[in-house]
Amino acid sequence: MKPTNALLTKLCLLAAAAAASRLMAQVEIPVEKRIEIPGQARPILVSMSGLTGEAASTLQFDLYVQGFAFTNAQSAQYLISGSNNGNLQARVTDPHNKSTLVSKAYSGASLRRQVHAFADDFVQALGRKGIAQTKIACKGANGRTSEIYVTDFDGHNVQPVTKDNSIVAAPCWVPGHLALYYVSYKLDNADIFYHDLSTGARRAFARFGGSNIGPAVSPNGNHVAMVLSKDGWVDLYVSAAAGGDPKRLTRSPQDESSPCWSPDGNWICLAAKERERRMLCKVPASGGALKQIGTGGTPSPTEPDYSPDGKWIAYTAQYRSGFQICVVPAEGGAAVSLVEGEDPSWSPNSRTLAFCRRRGGGNYVLSLLDVPTKQYKDVSRISGISSQSQPSWAR
Amino acid sequence: MKLNKFANLMVIGLVLTIAASGCRKKPVNTTVLPGSRAGRVAEAPPGGLLTPGTGVSTGEGVGSTPSGFPMNPAGSHQGWPEDAQALKAETVYFDFDSSAIKASEQSKITAVADYLKSNSAKAVRVEGNCDERGTEEYNRALGERRAQAVRAELINLGIDPTRVDTKTWGKDNPANDPGHDETAWRKNRRDDFIVLSPPGS
Repeated sequence: MKPTNALLTKLCLLAAAAAASRLMAQVEIPVEKRIEIPGQARPILVSMSGLTGEAASTLQFDLYVQGFAFTNAQSAQYLISGSNNGNLQARVTDPHNKSTLVSKAYSGASLRRQVHAFADDFVQALGRKGIAQTKIACKGANGRTSEIYVTDFDGHNVQPVTKDNSIVAAPCWVPGHLALYYVSYKLDNADIFYHDLSTGARRAFARFGGSNIGPAVSPNGNHVAMVLSKDGWVDLYVSAAAGGDPKRLTRSPQDESSPCWSPDGNWICLAAKERERRMLCKVPASGGALKQIGTGGTPSPTEPDYSPDGKWIAYTAQYRSGFQICVVPAEGGAAVSLVEGEDPSWSPNSRTLAFCRRRGGGNYVLSLLDVPTKQYKDVSRISGISSQSQPSWAR
Repeated sequence: MKLNKFANLMVIGLVLTIAASGCRKKPVNTTVLPGSRAGRVAEAPPGGLLTPGTGVSTGEGVGSTPSGFPMNPAGSHQGWPEDAQALKAETVYFDFDSSAIKASEQSKITAVADYLKSNSAKAVRVEGNCDERGTEEYNRALGERRAQAVRAELINLGIDPTRVDTKTWGKDNPANDPGHDETAWRKNRRDDFIVLSPPGS
């Protein structure tokens, strides 16, 4: 942009802001706010015109799972217009203060990916990071065999990672890298593998006697927490990603499962059982006493996941009626039960959760949940796969 | 008051006029996305595994610990023919969400110990399973806990720890009952015994 243009833009914005602030006293102007109580925000109303077919349905999905709802132009807070003859052109305007938030053309890749890029531009214009160009790893099962898959966040663009005709579990992304740890029974034991997704090379990372399960990579990628039974108990261990003897962090006659790291790398949270009661606990990553994380009486919490911003822990609670996705402040406290489902995994922007829902016959389908509004929608299913579970959101 | 509001609207109108002429004159800027090959994941080649041992891996040399009986290195009985039928009658069942050995199951474990005592070259793998009601990874840990509980009991009965392997299936290996009720679940909360014989015996 030319300097004169840049200056003009700045002046436009300044003048608009000044006018808007003067108006505030008389006319109610909706203001974006960070909603701190999960499940209680109203969706942001948008309308859409000019987009058709796959472009329209893709954009509807992308925005719905990020807290938007579609309505007519009269009631909308933002108007989306555009065209998708060949490539995508789209704009977002705010009819209340007559401003343009996004006005862009897209080319390359596929129409679908162009729409994802536009959805991210829109969300970014509202001051948050979009998730429409992220990836999710999951377990896909057919009867007794299962494989690891990586898909776009909406379930499209399916890419198989394993073809072992064995059983796999618990994929976990290495933060910031195209690499996964996961459990495979390929060598006739529950072992943890490291798989470099850019080369396809993989190696056994933990293959001790007994079971090697639940790998969780530290935020800096240097350590792996996991559940091992090599010493005759089912306990939590942590090991350098480069190798070396795992350090034992718990000594409990009960079972521990699903470790996850606090974003500062100082704590490992896990599902534990003490005195016949299941609870979430955390233990210093360098070793130390186990501390309970209160979950406000939600029954039998398992499968915790720290939000990347460190504020929340999402987990699964087991009610008599079924499983619920819950969130609780990371230090523990009042928990909020959101929707029926299991095994939540946070998006990189700490707003949306990938989780799985039971859909009969012991099968699961993956779904995305916008935590502030509780809106959720199933992702596209992998064809030929009867059950998808254990999502891990790349971040 | 009304006048003030009108003045405000005028200001906005002016701003928009400037905005329209200044900010929106140019054609929309274009974002060019990389081709669809970008960010493609590479699947493992068939049979592709670097040799175990580069990472934490096999864990030999584990000393005894205050609690529990350390396991054999994984693969200690690799290639030993397996027999899932010999001790099928001794399958041990558990209560919901429990790895405690019930009094009713104790005699089965004794029978397995007796079998191992009279077949001193053989080993056994205890495989823990769960019903479908728990969450997936919780069940995987619980299945291992169930296997370890029976393994500890076999060791208490005099079986050498190196002869008892364990494995957890979580809920990935249900018994052949298509139901989703307590009748089916009861059959899945179990430890199976797989007899391992030395190759060529």
